[in-house]
Amino acid sequence: MTQRLTALLAPGRTRALAGFALAAVVLFAVAPVLLSPFRLGLLAKFLCLAMVAVGIGLAWGRGGLLTLGQGVYFGLGAYVMAMHLKLADAGPGGVPDFMSLYGTGEVPWWWEPMRSPVATVALVILVPALLAGVLGWAVFTRRVRGAYFAILSQALAAAFAILLVGQQQTTGGTNGLNGFRSFFGYDLADPVNQRMLYLVAAGVLLAMVLVARQLMVSRFGELLVAVRDAEDRVRFLGYDPAVAKTTVYVVAAVMAAVGGALFVPVVGIVSPADVGVVPSIGFLVGVAIGGRATLLGPVLGAIAVSWAQTSISEQFPSGWIYFQGALFVGVVAFLPGGLASLLGRRRRRGRGDAAPAPEEPETTAPPSPVPAGAHTGRTAQGRQP
Amino acid sequence: MDTLLPQLFAGLSLGSVLLLAALGLALTFGQMGVINMAHGEFMMAGAYTAFVVQGLLGDPGASLLVALPLGFVVGGVLGLVLEATLVHRMYHRPLDTLLVTWGVALLLQQVARDVFGAPNIDVAAPGWLSGAVTVAGVALPKTRLFILALAVVCVAALAFALRATPLGRRIRAVVQNRDLAEASGISSRGTDRMTFFIGSGLAGVAGVALTLLGSIGPTLGTHYIVDAFLVVVAGGIGQIKGTVVAATALGLMQAFFEYSTTASVAKVLVFVVVIAFLQVRPQGLVTVRTRSLA
Amino acid sequence: MTDQTTAVEHDPGATDALLGPDSARFRHDYLEARGLRVAFGGFVAVRDVDLTVAQGDLRFLIGPNGAGKTTLIDAVTGLVPATGSARLGRTELLGRGTHRIARHGVGRTFQTASVFEELTVLQNLDIAAGARRGPLTMLRRRGAVPEAVEQALEVVGLAGLRDTPAGVLAHGQKQWLEIGMLLVQDAHLLFLDEPVAGMTQAEREATGDLLRRIGSQRVVVVVEHDMEFLRAFADSVTVMHQGRVLAEGTVAEVQRDPAVVEVYLGAPAQPGTAATTKEDA
Ligand SMILES: Nc1ncnc2c1ncn2[C@@H]1O[C@H](COP(=O)(O)OP(=O)(O)O)[C@@H](O)[C@H]1O
Ligand SMILES: [Mg+2]
Repeated sequence: MTQRLTALLAPGRTRALAGFALAAVVLFAVAPVLLSPFRLGLLAKFLCLAMVAVGIGLAWGRGGLLTLGQGVYFGLGAYVMAMHLKLADAGPGGVPDFMSLYGTGEVPWWWEPMRSPVATVALVILVPALLAGVLGWAVFTRRVRGAYFAILSQALAAAFAILLVGQQQTTGGTNGLNGFRSFFGYDLADPVNQRMLYLVAAGVLLAMVLVARQLMVSRFGELLVAVRDAEDRVRFLGYDPAVAKTTVYVVAAVMAAVGGALFVPVVGIVSPADVGVVPSIGFLVGVAIGGRATLLGPVLGAIAVSWAQTSISEQFPSGWIYFQGALFVGVVAFLPGGLASLLGRRRRRGRGDAAPAPEEPETTAPPSPVPAGAHTGRTAQGRQP
Repeated sequence: MDTLLPQLFAGLSLGSVLLLAALGLALTFGQMGVINMAHGEFMMAGAYTAFVVQGLLGDPGASLLVALPLGFVVGGVLGLVLEATLVHRMYHRPLDTLLVTWGVALLLQQVARDVFGAPNIDVAAPGWLSGAVTVAGVALPKTRLFILALAVVCVAALAFALRATPLGRRIRAVVQNRDLAEASGISSRGTDRMTFFIGSGLAGVAGVALTLLGSIGPTLGTHYIVDAFLVVVAGGIGQIKGTVVAATALGLMQAFFEYSTTASVAKVLVFVVVIAFLQVRPQGLVTVRTRSLA
Repeated sequence: MTDQTTAVEHDPGATDALLGPDSARFRHDYLEARGLRVAFGGFVAVRDVDLTVAQGDLRFLIGPNGAGKTTLIDAVTGLVPATGSARLGRTELLGRGTHRIARHGVGRTFQTASVFEELTVLQNLDIAAGARRGPLTMLRRRGAVPEAVEQALEVVGLAGLRDTPAGVLAHGQKQWLEIGMLLVQDAHLLFLDEPVAGMTQAEREATGDLLRRIGSQRVVVVVEHDMEFLRAFADSVTVMHQGRVLAEGTVAEVQRDPAVVEVYLGAPAQPGTAATTKEDA
């Protein structure tokens, strides 16, 4: 098992292909046969959460961007999809049930585009991409980074959740949006369609892993590591680090949004509780545990953590919180490379591999509180005091 | 005009609450660079301290006066333990510290839930703080005036401690140049601990004060932590002055936006303003000139 | 270490290939700084500096610690805001962003070698060579190693260590890697901040030869304290003191200059020793 995992986590081309084939077999052939429809539905949900993790792995593990606000992008994707499902259920020109209940009984203008399935799919990607692009560019060109960026992204998540709660008539408020009957014309109550949703989620996740892999092994991936470790030095080579950072931030946002969009039909509800500060940090647990800078670490970590959450809180509800807190503390403080670093260490000892997967990933922020701008170049120079 | 004054007061009052919550962070984050997400839970601990003290003493007035210093100690000791066990080994990994302290925050919340129960509880305000003072036709609740005064006292005490005491000088020396300070015989470990104790203690005081404003619960801290960090970021680190101005400004903005829109829209607007402000001044309001980061 | 030295000494061909065809020599680039001034708050670190360096003139910049040498480089490379003017050819450099200045052909090394420690030597050079790559190239895996990178590996003698993470290189090797990065970056104006500090004598000589060769085809400014190194390789010298240019000329001229002698508190015959002593103090 260890062997196989090791193979999966390594970046070689044939090994990756083999690992990919194995994952495909497990996801498409083994899991649907072995798992009950209920468990399969759970797995589908975990796969959606794992999509967020793939993006976080790229942005945080490779790019050094600690995004504490991925819930925002997850939520944007989810709410866009949920609005479409509500509108589709209401029929052409119809009004979603909760709006007649709490609101004026009129569909607000910004809901209208989501009547079209095509527009919905486009918006699931475009809205978060645009927000992440604008915010990222604004923040990164001004060299806001490290802890400052983390705090801003967290504030964004807080503001987003508060906004959703406050707009009861148009977003369903605390209840969120739920009670969907169909998904692009397919009846959601039908187990066959639930299985189809699972397969879609599995396919999308595999595709995302492929994209992430390409980004990691590409020159962009190398540049990203360089930006993470010595942003200012990169500038003196003629690159604008803000471009690389914004790019990876947008990619991570889109991945989170797609995960959110699939989460909605799979789980049947999205509410502010899925997108706020707490769930946003929750997304990081699996990534940290699996290994933030590896390709499969975040995916496997996210699935394992979600699985543990479900099974532990089924038995002791408060046990999960203790477990999650302890995991966070234990792994981040004492095993910053995640579980993958245990495997990686063994592998590297085996065959002098020089893959850019860092063993000590946290070199992102300067040790001093002074953020961007404050003659940060001095670190690039590494001047002697 | 008659709408201006209430908004002004509401804003100042909110600002003073934010300031109390952020003041400790200005020390631990601003001076030491530690992003302590459990700071909110230290506030929560202070709030429950007030609850317990009131349960023991009965009289709300006396228990408030006892709870304030005791809350400081409770918060401070929690901070001290956190610093000694986890934070001190992670000074070179600030972002990881953020996650670790978040884990600690989760643990503390659950402990509070298991000890005091999940539902919110109330702490009675002393009689001499009930009612309101009427100024120019506007009723100013005495509890809010008290918190405003408390914030002012805390800022003054902290400013005095940093400027005029040997400890303050040591803190500033370590912040400015850790190696040099150590070379000149200042124990940076001791100074770090002391800084963390005071910063966390201030969270405890803030928590006690919050019991005057409403009921408290295990997740009390999470409602304040994000805003508190935003205040420190907008204010610029390294100086208390920036934190004071930023807290006041954010409080006033929230109050005035809230008046013309809704509370939730106001929150989002404040966030947008902070982002826009950081475009102009990425280092916040007040910055200290240092030559290097190392 | 020795075989790297050998590589540098014995491969002038690779250097020439890397530096480009002879026609490039007719570019005749030059750096021209006029009234350059950098102030930190009230403190003026660089004060009304005029400096002209032409291609083919290996210029050394010396001066006591705190004279403003590094700050001058910072100003020209866009790290600190400055007033006055600094041009490379006809292009004004001041007021542009750091990465824009770099794209205009200004490169630098740092007082303490700074390379991307978790990337391999090859990756470091490849990144340095790639600032002009388009998005499609960036998103692909590196196929063949670019020719310039291959040559730079030879020139700086790190070909055998191409797949070694830069973080584990020896100090001198890191400094060479940085010089290699400068070369593949295709910079026309190169600043080297104390490039031979901490190198052995053999390494110094190899580096000096390399700088000579580069200097014949690029505008090169070297900050260096080591007087022996300076005497061996400098074409001309600019002496800075308290933010100003104190003297300028050939090594011999500068050594005779009474103002320089006074600053370095040394006997006219041996300003070098005195200078070194002061630097170390
Ligand atoms: N970012 C900065 N902020 C304040 N002072 C600085 C800064 N950078 C350099 N200085 C000051 O400018 C002077 C020149 O420094 P520097 O250029 O490093 O000297 P050199 O490289 O010649 O030894 C020094 O007194 C130094 O303290
Ligand atoms: Mg210098």
